[in-house]
Amino acid sequence: MSTAADPSESADDDTVEVEPDVAADAIDLDTYDGPTESLSLVEAVRDGLGLELARDDSVLVLGEDVGTNGGVFRATEHLQDEFGPHRVIDTPLAESAIVGSSIGLAISGMRPVAEMQFMGFASPAYDQLVSHAARMRSRSHGQYTLPMVVRMPYGGGIAAPEHHSESREAALVHEPGLKVVTPSTPADAKGLVAAAIRDPDPVIVLEPKRLYRAFREDVPEESYTVPIGEASIRRAGDDLSLFTWGASTQPALAVAEDLAAENGLDVEVVDLRSLSPLDVDTIAESVQKTGRAVVVHEAPKSAGVGAEIVATINEEALYHLEAPVTRVTGFDTPVPLSTLEDFYLPQALRIREGVLETVEA
Amino acid sequence: MSTYDEPEPTHRSESTSPPDDAVQVLDTDGTLLPGAQRPALTDQALLEMYEELVLARRFDERATGLQRQGRIDTYAPMRGQEGSQVATSFALDDEDWLVPTYRDHAAKHAHGRSYEALLTHLSGYREGYAVPDDVNALPEYIPIGTQVPQAMGLAWGFTMQDPHDRAVLCHFGDGATSTGDFHEGLNFASVYDVPTIFVCNNNQWAISTPFEAQTATETIVEKADAYGVEGVRVDGTDPLAVYAVTRAAVEKAKHPAEGERRPTLIESCQYRLGAHSTADDPSAYRSEDDGEDWEDQDPIERLERYLYHEGILDDDLADEIADRVEDCLATAIDRAEATETDPTRMFEHVYEEPTDRLREQLADLDGLRERHGDDAFAEVGE
Ligand SMILES: Cc1ncc(C[n+]2csc(CCOP(=O)(O)OP(=O)(O)O)c2C)c(N)n1
Repeated sequence: MSTAADPSESADDDTVEVEPDVAADAIDLDTYDGPTESLSLVEAVRDGLGLELARDDSVLVLGEDVGTNGGVFRATEHLQDEFGPHRVIDTPLAESAIVGSSIGLAISGMRPVAEMQFMGFASPAYDQLVSHAARMRSRSHGQYTLPMVVRMPYGGGIAAPEHHSESREAALVHEPGLKVVTPSTPADAKGLVAAAIRDPDPVIVLEPKRLYRAFREDVPEESYTVPIGEASIRRAGDDLSLFTWGASTQPALAVAEDLAAENGLDVEVVDLRSLSPLDVDTIAESVQKTGRAVVVHEAPKSAGVGAEIVATINEEALYHLEAPVTRVTGFDTPVPLSTLEDFYLPQALRIREGVLETVEA
Repeated sequence: MSTYDEPEPTHRSESTSPPDDAVQVLDTDGTLLPGAQRPALTDQALLEMYEELVLARRFDERATGLQRQGRIDTYAPMRGQEGSQVATSFALDDEDWLVPTYRDHAAKHAHGRSYEALLTHLSGYREGYAVPDDVNALPEYIPIGTQVPQAMGLAWGFTMQDPHDRAVLCHFGDGATSTGDFHEGLNFASVYDVPTIFVCNNNQWAISTPFEAQTATETIVEKADAYGVEGVRVDGTDPLAVYAVTRAAVEKAKHPAEGERRPTLIESCQYRLGAHSTADDPSAYRSEDDGEDWEDQDPIERLERYLYHEGILDDDLADEIADRVEDCLATAIDRAEATETDPTRMFEHVYEEPTDRLREQLADLDGLRERHGDDAFAEVGE
């Protein structure tokens, strides 16, 4: 899948869109050998935002507390000093207006990057997202497009109060017209933010807040994109495919390493990274190779994105399966307060059990 | 702006904070302002109000300290705002309902919630949210503004059952007035003329967003006009003024005079002296001298001085109260820290009866706990 503008499409359109070539700036992070700096995931988001603000005057950052305060997670720290209050904008407390005005801004020719302070508080913006952002292109028969981004910290594990720990990716993935990505590493975070900003469609960037400061890695200094729609194989393996994203990628990798050391079990860990569009080819190829699969996500099990992946496996690789696909997920309950969070999250113990169960089946 | 006039409101002439069109009863030195009257509260009631304020201040200090020691989760301080919280609750009758936010600890306590329960949920136990049957309060609201239409609905339902029975008092901040829910809720309340008292605790900040950046109007109270509800602006650091205007609003809500509208929007002007929450660092967005004007507006000192002037309070009584407050908090903290929970509780109350799926998920979790023990659930690498 290519996120670069399709020339035939702009020919149909009346709009004059200068779509930066995302593909041209995509780099292979595995083979990259240029200058790097060590960044946490939240610093990488900021770096990605800063570089896009610098390269394109139409890019704007807006949201609650994103300016002077630099965002409650510091994802926009110092950006207002650098780009001024007209490019990095503190808004009143109004999610619906933040997303709704972003839709208007995008139609006017700007590239707004809106922040929802927490995914749990994005609900008031849902009408704007699903009734309008998702379908402006199709509704206007391609006349109006929305090159806009909505960033949302999501997920649990930081002992936060109620409504601060939700993982509602399924609701967004279900909306045709929205793209949904979620990085699990600093390098991906920087590249996905850039790709999202340059994308001609509305892209939701879900940022796993548990990973914001969990670790650092060397991130290319230059500006680059990570293509939307491509999964990343974090660990190659032959015995079983573990599909996951966001904060669950870390425990999934830890389990894979442990099982390799203990049982010689070779687990492939696929970080889907882009939940919409889904990288069906990588999912299918992985299962065709390993014959077994486990899906891990933090969101509740029922009607979660995991169900979509299991269905995709059925469609693309059923006859390669040697065991039913297992889901290891959050429960069908609200995310509990801190004392019970460890029991809710699909952490290493449950992932490991899910893998062993699938191998033994 | 204020349409409230009983007792005769006294407007401060010099412009300090809060602004001079806000209703005041006490001067900052604790004397009655010229023309102002002591609200209809007995000496005993005034002492109770004072004790409630001292308790609130100490709770705030203790909770902040407990959070720093990692004994409770994120806490939203209320320093400087206790006067408004306590006085609004004092103006309610037991049968009236309170709809609070995450910052209204003292309002909740003054309306019957225990500090132990508050500390329990702050310690990460949902059990602390459970409201006893004899307390008419909803659990606190965290998503901003959402409580406004709900409070209206609660009041609407009550009037359908008995038009003079109960009032509903709903708290929110200045930030909340930018949400759609605020406007939708006020409009409904006015259209259906229901007994709701909307209290905007305007503490001048919504995290890092100062009041001037929240709205281009000069006041919050002027928004009342747009919906046809009565608006009153009050000095939120003057507990007696807050009590007086809220009490009048409650009376009117339940027993409106001919042609009088039931809902009221009260803008209670205050200043958030502390951080937004224990996860917030105000030095990133406000200068150190911001809010300096408000420093001498301490609601507790203000009432304390008044009580001393009136001979209602003396040093001995103040010491006695301070001791009682310490004991009360020590007990609340001990009890909250002794709370026990169980992972199975997570599956309770999602529905009246757990679904088959939930039962299955619970059984899976129980199996894992039996085989591996609860310690095995701690996240790796965290
Ligand atoms: C709908 C929603 N958006 C964002 C947040 C995150 N948030 C929590 S408190 C807050 C500021 C609220 O300010 P205000 O309404 O003035 O109340 P205060 O905290 O000052 O008492 C924000 C933005 C939230 N809780 N709910």
